[in-house]
Amino acid sequence: MSKHVFVFAEQRDGVVQKVSYELIGEARRLAGELAQQVVAVLVGADVGKSARSLIAAGADEVIVIEHPILKEYVTEPYAKAVYAVVQARAPEIFLYGATAIGRDLAPRVSARVHTGLTADCTSLAIDSETKDLRMTRPAFGGNIMATILCSNHRPQMATVRPGVMQALEPDDTRTGSITKFDVAFTDADMNITIRQVVKASKKAADITEAKVLVSGGRGIGSPEAFETLRALADAFGGEISSSRANVDAGWIGRERQVGQTGKTVRPDLYVACGISGAIQHLAGMEDAEYILAINKNKEAPIFGVADLGIVGDVNVIVPKLTEALKKRQA
Amino acid sequence: MKIIVCIKQVPDTTEVKLDPVTGTLIREGVPSIINPDDKSGIEAALQLKERLPGSTVTILSMGLPQVDVAMREALAMGADDAILLSDRPLGGADTWATSSTVAAAIKKLDYDLIICGRQAIDGDTAQVGPQIAEHLGLPQVTYVEAIEAASEEQLVVRRQFEDRYHIVEVKLPCLITTLSELNAPRYMSVGGVFDAYREKTVQLWNLENIKDTVDMDSIGLKGSPTRVAKSGTKEVKGQGELFEVNPDEAVAVILEKLTAKHII
Repeated sequence: MSKHVFVFAEQRDGVVQKVSYELIGEARRLAGELAQQVVAVLVGADVGKSARSLIAAGADEVIVIEHPILKEYVTEPYAKAVYAVVQARAPEIFLYGATAIGRDLAPRVSARVHTGLTADCTSLAIDSETKDLRMTRPAFGGNIMATILCSNHRPQMATVRPGVMQALEPDDTRTGSITKFDVAFTDADMNITIRQVVKASKKAADITEAKVLVSGGRGIGSPEAFETLRALADAFGGEISSSRANVDAGWIGRERQVGQTGKTVRPDLYVACGISGAIQHLAGMEDAEYILAINKNKEAPIFGVADLGIVGDVNVIVPKLTEALKKRQA
Repeated sequence: MKIIVCIKQVPDTTEVKLDPVTGTLIREGVPSIINPDDKSGIEAALQLKERLPGSTVTILSMGLPQVDVAMREALAMGADDAILLSDRPLGGADTWATSSTVAAAIKKLDYDLIICGRQAIDGDTAQVGPQIAEHLGLPQVTYVEAIEAASEEQLVVRRQFEDRYHIVEVKLPCLITTLSELNAPRYMSVGGVFDAYREKTVQLWNLENIKDTVDMDSIGLKGSPTRVAKSGTKEVKGQGELFEVNPDEAVAVILEKLTAKHII
């Protein structure tokens, strides 16, 4: 009989990724409703030292699979490891981050296990009657919300985007067990050869971590206008982000794109500057705590989700707002 | 090199608009296109064909008969063959059943390389490519943003991650999934369009064509582990306050509201 809520604890260079703690926070809540446990699965070359942090984040047990073959992420060795855990432990639920790793690994595992997989979920809930996992996700460019069930197959598997779920406050007094798990890897498992690993030279600002985002849309008019937005973001102690149009135009890097094909953000304050508010953009930011929209067009859909809307020229209002903020702080 | 490119015809979701009054999706008049990541897959295949003379490019899709238009477009871009798998019992398939069915079709063909777009813009799941690879027991490299080298034996590709990339060597046969950043897909040429409708054909396949490779319990809605329990438009958040005032007043309003909310 399948049991417990499992989380794939994604790590890179031995550092557990933030999304994994978020998933454990969510798994804690789901496991509570099922009266079951949270099990984190930590896979890598030399990662055991991070197991404690997963317990502090809410895991009851951490399964650690360590092997030199697992140093860099490669589909087959990782899929083999996770599949072995599924076979041995029969999880009820298995969650993965919807990252470039999770979205490669989870479908491969789902096909091997013969179970369903729901991508990029934005909310998870336990059905009060059947106890099945209700997985809700956006589809069709972000405006349709679909709730998916996987009633007859286990584990019920889902990927969740970074920034969507809430991590718990780490609690070092929490107790849990750490289980070493052996997988019999062979050379044949390494079915590709990594010639080179090239890391991004400087850590790009992570817009999903920013408390305040000042975001520019087509309406800012020029790539230089991002400098103006940057000044406002600095005054707020935040970061700049963008709608897709400016990214496609090459005005700003793709890592700063908010929306369906970019990142999902939920800052305390989102300042939408000259963003009309296409549904694909709204899908990535409408859960922000407070949305301030500045746009020339009174009919812009962004005003439909904004807490505060200002009809006007961003290139006039933003510098004035920056000055006023600086004055207050002085 | 024998290349199969799996494509999906999708509604152009960037053209989808909201009804400002009801807040519902306006579906009418939304054009159907070849999914952008898949189109980059077609372009990648055509470039490989140019690099490695004697190569063939076969387009494979599962869908309704009207997907013929997308198949013709791929042929007009320069693909050699096209196979459209279409049958009533295949409808309602989730990614697991879709990948099982497509894999069953691929088993009927000769191939060295299978290319899928990373994800489709209507579903955004990115699952079908890896699942096909698993069903066929092939190595996979997803999120391919560049093809650095290619021979009849192997590919060297650049695999994208959020914080790094890998230069990866993978032996054929294998499956890769392509990002739209990989290339700028060519347009159909006039001659290409002519060929696509006059010289080339789209083979229509149904379950009969894959009967000895398909598992009938793994197709369509019936063979899908997941079900849509509920779907609907998102609740639209209540509109906040809107001000149309001069810039200085606007700044004053913003500061007042942000202060009241303890944001500043």
